[in-house]
Amino acid sequence: MATKPTNEIAPGEPLIRFEDVSIAFDEGEVLRGISFEVAAGETKVILGESGSGKTVLLKLAAGLLRPQSGRVVVMGHDLTEMGEVELLDFRRRIGFVFQEGALFDSLNVADNVSFRLDEESVPPEEAEPRVREALRFVEMEDAYDKFPDELSGGMRRRVSIARALIDQPPIVYYDSPTGGLDPVTSQTIITLILRLRDLNGVTSLLATHRLQDAFGLANFVFDSQSSRVVPVWEDSDGRHLSATNFLVLRDAQVYFQGETQELLKSGDPYLREFLS
Amino acid sequence: MATLTSNTPESTSPSPAAGLSNALKRKILSLQSYAYLVGDAAGKIFTAPHYPQDVLEQMDAIGFGSIPIIVLTGFFIGGVMVLNTAAQFQRFGETALTGDTVAIALVRELGPTIAGLLVTGRNGSGIASELGSMVVTEQVDAMRALGTDPVRKLVVPRLIATVLVLPLLTAIADFVGLVGGFIVAHFTLGLSSVEFWNRAIQALAFGDLVMGLAKPVVFAIIIATVACYYGLRTRGGTQGVGRATTTAVVVASVAILVSDFFLGKLLLYWFAS
Repeated sequence: MATKPTNEIAPGEPLIRFEDVSIAFDEGEVLRGISFEVAAGETKVILGESGSGKTVLLKLAAGLLRPQSGRVVVMGHDLTEMGEVELLDFRRRIGFVFQEGALFDSLNVADNVSFRLDEESVPPEEAEPRVREALRFVEMEDAYDKFPDELSGGMRRRVSIARALIDQPPIVYYDSPTGGLDPVTSQTIITLILRLRDLNGVTSLLATHRLQDAFGLANFVFDSQSSRVVPVWEDSDGRHLSATNFLVLRDAQVYFQGETQELLKSGDPYLREFLS
Repeated sequence: MATLTSNTPESTSPSPAAGLSNALKRKILSLQSYAYLVGDAAGKIFTAPHYPQDVLEQMDAIGFGSIPIIVLTGFFIGGVMVLNTAAQFQRFGETALTGDTVAIALVRELGPTIAGLLVTGRNGSGIASELGSMVVTEQVDAMRALGTDPVRKLVVPRLIATVLVLPLLTAIADFVGLVGGFIVAHFTLGLSSVEFWNRAIQALAFGDLVMGLAKPVVFAIIIATVACYYGLRTRGGTQGVGRATTTAVVVASVAILVSDFFLGKLLLYWFAS
C-alpha cells in the first residue's frame, strides 16, 4: 500500500511540529511547554507513565483537542488556527489508531474499515477490494462480516489499524497500540507498524508505556526483500537506521528527547528507573 | 532536561458564596453549550452532507419501536380519564359531555405530554446512553479523526427523526386514547358510539389541533437535543453513561412539562384572540 505524497511542505521541513504547546483540563495541567519536531518518514515514540499526557499529545497532533497556548503544525497546516470544518477535512489525511480500537460497534468490520470511503461516497464496487486489501494487510480478512463484539482485543486493534489506513494516509498516530495485549499479539502489531514505517514511509507518533515494543521499533526494521523483521545495524556514524527516536513525558513536560542510544546511555536517575 | 516548578497548594476550601457562584457559572456554561449544540444541529439540517439512511434508521427505532407502548398507554389514559370523570358527569346529568372532555384533554394536553414523556423515557435514554457509550469508548473521537462531523452523523438524524415521528405517535396516542375512553364510557355510562364520537370530533376546534401537533414538535426538539447533549458530554466510564442517561431523561421530562405549560398558554391566547 503506497502512501499519498505530502507536497504541502518544503523539503527538510518537519512534517509535525509542536511549538511550546500547553493544555490543561479541570483536573489540572496535562502538558506544558511541549516542543518537538518529526521529520517525514520518522517515527517518534512517546514514552511516559500512565496518565502522563501521551493520549492528549496525540489528540492535539490530530486537532481533536485544542491547546491553551502554543502551535501545532502538521503538514504545513497550523491546527490551532483551523476551525472544526477545516480540521475535519484535514484529518482525512491522518490515520489515528485509538487505545482500545474504538471501532463503531453498530457496524460490522467491513463497514468500519470502509467508513471513510463511504463518507467520500466511493462506490461499493471500488470500496470492497480496498477494504479486503486493508484487512489482508492486517491479516483480518476472515473477519469481514463480523461485528466488533465478536472479536478479541488484538483483532479489534488490527481492524482499527486497517480502518485508519484505508486511505493510505502519510501520517499515522498510534495510541498504545499494544496496550493490554499478550506478547504474541503485540509482536504481530509491532510488525505491522514496522512494515508501514519501512515499506510505506509512513510518518508516525506512537504513544506507549511498553518499553519492549518501543525498543522493538527502534532496534528492528522490516526487510522488504526477505519480508521479515530484522535487527538494525548501526551505520558508520553510530546512528540507528530505524528512523525512530524517543520523547519521554514526565510531569506534563518533555523530560527527554533523542535517539535510542542517548536514552539507553543516559545517567539520569528517573530514566534509568523508568527503563529498568 | 526541564526543571520542575513547585506548585503551591490551594489555601482553603472555597466559601459557600464562591461555591454557589461556581455552580451557577457551570449551569450557565452548560446552557450556553446546549444552545450552541441546538443551533449547530439546526444549521446542519439544511447543509450537506446529509445522512438519510441514518434518519430512516432512527425513525424506525423511535417511531415503530414506540408504537406498542404508545398504544397501550394511550388506551389506558383514555379509559382512566372517563373512569374518573364519569361519576361527575352523571351527577349533573351531562354524560354526553364525556366525549367532548376526553377529546379536548387528550388532543390538547394528555396525548402530547404522555407521548413526549414516554418517548423521553424510551428513546431519550437510549440516545443518551448510546452516544455516551460512544464517547467513553472514543468512538466519537474516532469519527472525528476519520473526518466525519459527529453532530451531522449522530445528532441531526436523531433530531429530524424525532421531530417527524413524535407528532405521528401523538396522533396515535390521541386516537387510541379516544378508543379507550369510548370503551369505558360505553360500559360504564352506556354511551353509544354515535354519542361519544360525534361529540368528540365536534368538540375539537382548529386551535386544539394546532396545539396538539405543535407541542409534539417542540417536545421532539427537546428530547433529541437534550439526550444528544448529555450523551455527548459524558465523562467517566460506565458510571458516567448511567449518570448522563438519568440526567437526560430527568431534564427532558421537566423541560417538556414546563414548555407544555407555556406553549399551552401561548396557543390558547393565540386562538382565543
